[in-house]
Amino acid sequence: MYSERVMEHFRNPRNVGTFEDPDGVGEVGNPQCGDVMKIGIKVQDDRIADIRFQTLGCAAAIATSSMITDMARGMTLDEASRISRNDVADALNGLPANKMHCSNLAADALRAAIEDFKARQAKKA
Amino acid sequence: MSAMRTQLIYLDHAATTPMDAHVHREMGQFCCLFFGNPATLYSLGRRSHEAVETARSRVAELLGCSPDEVYFTCGGTESDNWAVQGVAFSHMKKGKHILTSAIEHHAVLDTCKFLETIGFEVTYVPVDRHAMIDPDDVRKALRKDTILISIMHANNEVGTIEPVAEIGAVAREAGVLFHTDAVQTVGKIATKVDELGVDMLSLSAHKFYGPKGVGAMYIRKGTRIQRFMHGGGQEHNKRAGTHNVSGIAGLGAAADLALKYRDEDAERLRKLAKKLNDGLVETIPNVRSNGHPTKRLPGLVHVCVEGIEGEAMLLCLDAENICVSSGSACTTGALDPSHVLLAMGMPAEVAHGSVRFSLGRHNTEEQIDRVLEVFPPIVEKLRAMSPVYKK
Repeated sequence: MYSERVMEHFRNPRNVGTFEDPDGVGEVGNPQCGDVMKIGIKVQDDRIADIRFQTLGCAAAIATSSMITDMARGMTLDEASRISRNDVADALNGLPANKMHCSNLAADALRAAIEDFKARQAKKA
Repeated sequence: MSAMRTQLIYLDHAATTPMDAHVHREMGQFCCLFFGNPATLYSLGRRSHEAVETARSRVAELLGCSPDEVYFTCGGTESDNWAVQGVAFSHMKKGKHILTSAIEHHAVLDTCKFLETIGFEVTYVPVDRHAMIDPDDVRKALRKDTILISIMHANNEVGTIEPVAEIGAVAREAGVLFHTDAVQTVGKIATKVDELGVDMLSLSAHKFYGPKGVGAMYIRKGTRIQRFMHGGGQEHNKRAGTHNVSGIAGLGAAADLALKYRDEDAERLRKLAKKLNDGLVETIPNVRSNGHPTKRLPGLVHVCVEGIEGEAMLLCLDAENICVSSGSACTTGALDPSHVLLAMGMPAEVAHGSVRFSLGRHNTEEQIDRVLEVFPPIVEKLRAMSPVYKK
């Protein structure tokens, strides 16, 4: 069912954890659905300097979170917010059709973190 | 790679069981050697016919019924479909109400849903938090136009054994036919049809060390039931189709072994299950055990682990070559988790963290020890990743 790359990211997820002092946090999903993703970012010069995730969910949920944090690291905020669910699924060598919503959630969580960062910046201004 | 070097620890016997070696041997001769069609008149055919009838007697002995009340099918699903549709169609002039429970297997539930689309009415009796049905709820739900009660003998998800004998008494008092899906109990606990008070009973070979693709229906003499499989005159004209001789021989052999080993198996499995259950609850914080505490299938342990998801646990255990199942939405393939857990009043977020261990004849104490060794660190690792779990 799952590609070897999905299993790899599931067995050894990258960037797990939280920041004590994040620049932006995005949390999506809900426990009733069995999927919750939380992404924290540290931003420097409009780029994602560091990124971490926490996920409640199946192998696809954990793998897509891990993959998207790997992809987003070092990107500008603009580039990162344009990562689509297909980008994540392709990077994982494909996801079963009924698991595509996990890559959607990952992209949403990252965008939510970026929006949160922007909102915090706006408050400071 | 490491999974291939570690020995398999199979703890999903409620899903299916390995065929017993005796069963396999019994079946083999009917593939290429005694391959005759049992409906033919020459000696090669009569040999197959004999094998089918021997198997029938063995199943009859397991059920405490007459051999001519045993009908072979292609499995539990067909038997369930036949019972529900068969009675619905044979009795629809008398009434169109069917009584079943909220926790039945999909083979019963989906058949009921289908009948609802063609004018039947179905009441799904609720269960308590242990997935236990109250016979009084069944009595209260009876109507003048009720034609069938179908309640499972034991639930496949959490293992609760239902009060089938009491429900049978309710059915008899009301003059309503009573079917039980005994797929999870035949071969594991006593299943005498007169003690259960049933008119029909479904069973499946691959749940008790027989082959997949074959099962049986018990139908009490005198029960009016519409034929499901039309065609040739097999099974007293009630279920057409050339007999799956090797499969049926396998079912018979499995029934024979069940008579011999069932009770000692049950005692051993209860002890192992208790060790597993107590071990999990004692070593892992925020874990709850599900199903009735005492009236349960020997060998079935069901837990919900807070803060993490079932499929993730399942795959981590798979990496250790341990096979289990889960009732999370990701494993049911639907948006909702198991309908059984929801019917028990479990919130969806708790149901998503469910794991079912179902032990069988060949599981050992060492294997249980290994599970207790590797599962807690798996839970810890997944909980460390979870945004919802707070220590």
